[in-house]
Amino acid sequence: MPIAILILYSFNQSKLNAVWTGFTLDWYLKLMQNNDVLDAMRTSLLVALISTIAATMIGTLAAVGMYRYQFRGKTALDAMLYLPIVIPEIVMGISLLALFAQLQVPLGYFTLIAAHVTFSVPFVVVVVRARMAGFDRSIEEAAMDLGATPWQTFVKVTVPVIAPGILASSLLAFTLSIDDVIISFFVAGPASATLPLKIFSMVKFGVTPEINALSTLMLIVTLFLVIIAERIRMRKN
Amino acid sequence: MVALFLLPLVLVLAVSFFSRSSFGGINLPLTLENYIRFFDPLYFKILWVSCVLAFFTTASCLVFGYPFAYIIARSPAKYRNILMLLIIIPFWTNSLIRTYAWIVLLRTEGVINTLLLKMGLIDQPLSLLYNETAVLIGLVYTMLPFMVLPLYASIEKLDRSLLEAARDLGAKPWQTFCRVTLPLTAPGILAGSLLVFIPSLGLFFIPDLMGGSKTVLIGNLIKNQFLTARDWPFGAASSIILMVLTLLFILGYILVTKDKQGKELL
Repeated sequence: MPIAILILYSFNQSKLNAVWTGFTLDWYLKLMQNNDVLDAMRTSLLVALISTIAATMIGTLAAVGMYRYQFRGKTALDAMLYLPIVIPEIVMGISLLALFAQLQVPLGYFTLIAAHVTFSVPFVVVVVRARMAGFDRSIEEAAMDLGATPWQTFVKVTVPVIAPGILASSLLAFTLSIDDVIISFFVAGPASATLPLKIFSMVKFGVTPEINALSTLMLIVTLFLVIIAERIRMRKN
Repeated sequence: MVALFLLPLVLVLAVSFFSRSSFGGINLPLTLENYIRFFDPLYFKILWVSCVLAFFTTASCLVFGYPFAYIIARSPAKYRNILMLLIIIPFWTNSLIRTYAWIVLLRTEGVINTLLLKMGLIDQPLSLLYNETAVLIGLVYTMLPFMVLPLYASIEKLDRSLLEAARDLGAKPWQTFCRVTLPLTAPGILAGSLLVFIPSLGLFFIPDLMGGSKTVLIGNLIKNQFLTARDWPFGAASSIILMVLTLLFILGYILVTKDKQGKELL
């Protein structure tokens, strides 16, 4: 597996990294001293954190709203939600770029976060909805009968029941945001390059074992998040 | 939120009818020029090559993915999780990192060349990177999980007694496969193919990194028009064409499966 080789070579001494010349942690040290990479890492984490929170809130409310109410244009909204999932990412990237250019919003953190929220929301809606499908509506009615206000019912009954779905979807949104290459490529400003964008330029302009080390670290973080998300998802079954 | 989905697309559609101004902005008059220009053999060939490459990617994913999904779905439960993990790890690894991993293997001083040289099988490093085969390898490796997961879902659902029935009625293994297994797992095959085909059309960074500058696909064309050539109207027209093509494929998928739950797979 190519990934295994990548991890292996992140500990290799040789700069040309084809021949094994000995074990070293140097590349990890170098990486920690590389300010560009650290900046990109900070950008990625900040963007992922904010867009995850926003996307989870919007997506959850949308899922609950669409589950509970019938309204005009629901089918259209439904179809539209799937649009960002099915259209090619590159089309979405350039259309957001066109929008920001037209509104004269300078590219940077804001545009990056707005774009990440946009592509994460549909995934959140899909996951939360799957959780809502098994939802017993009578417990909401029971809460209302016992005198809870709609808000109390939502916070104390609905949210706890769908919490695993919310949590799983927020982890999904986080990984989507951390890993996104194509859309970020178009909407990130010069000062707001995310980690994948930094990797892209590092790969493009030459191969150093630092990328192996960086990739290994990213792999560990992503896997960790996915395992947690899977655990939460499994528990509901 | 809806505005954020739809408004940008409408805007791109609008931009595609404008003319390019000398400063890289957009200008009146409205024109169909950008669309007509796309059907110039030069650009049309890019679209054609992209589709061919996406087709080969899909076909290779199917050829590699089907046996793999079959083995996972038919293996005892205790191995199944480990095998699934083998698919899930690449699925959740950043696609750039996976591309880079292949570069490490394939480049002139890469792992494969070094090994072959050491073993004395070749005298000079082979040029494995920066050609269309390399792009194809990168695409297949990146997209494989998208094929295996729906295939796995549909093979797992397959009722084993049907296979036994076919055997009892005297079908050879090959006949059973072609006439029972294959038709019954067709929804998975279709869903997987769609999930592989569409994204492979737009992944500009794999041709960029693994194809050198020789392989220009529709994704690269759009990217270059927007960021390098600063010809937004033409870039917009190209992406509208790509999107229409995509929607046609999805429409075809929905019509073929007549499965209203089909979108759940996405």
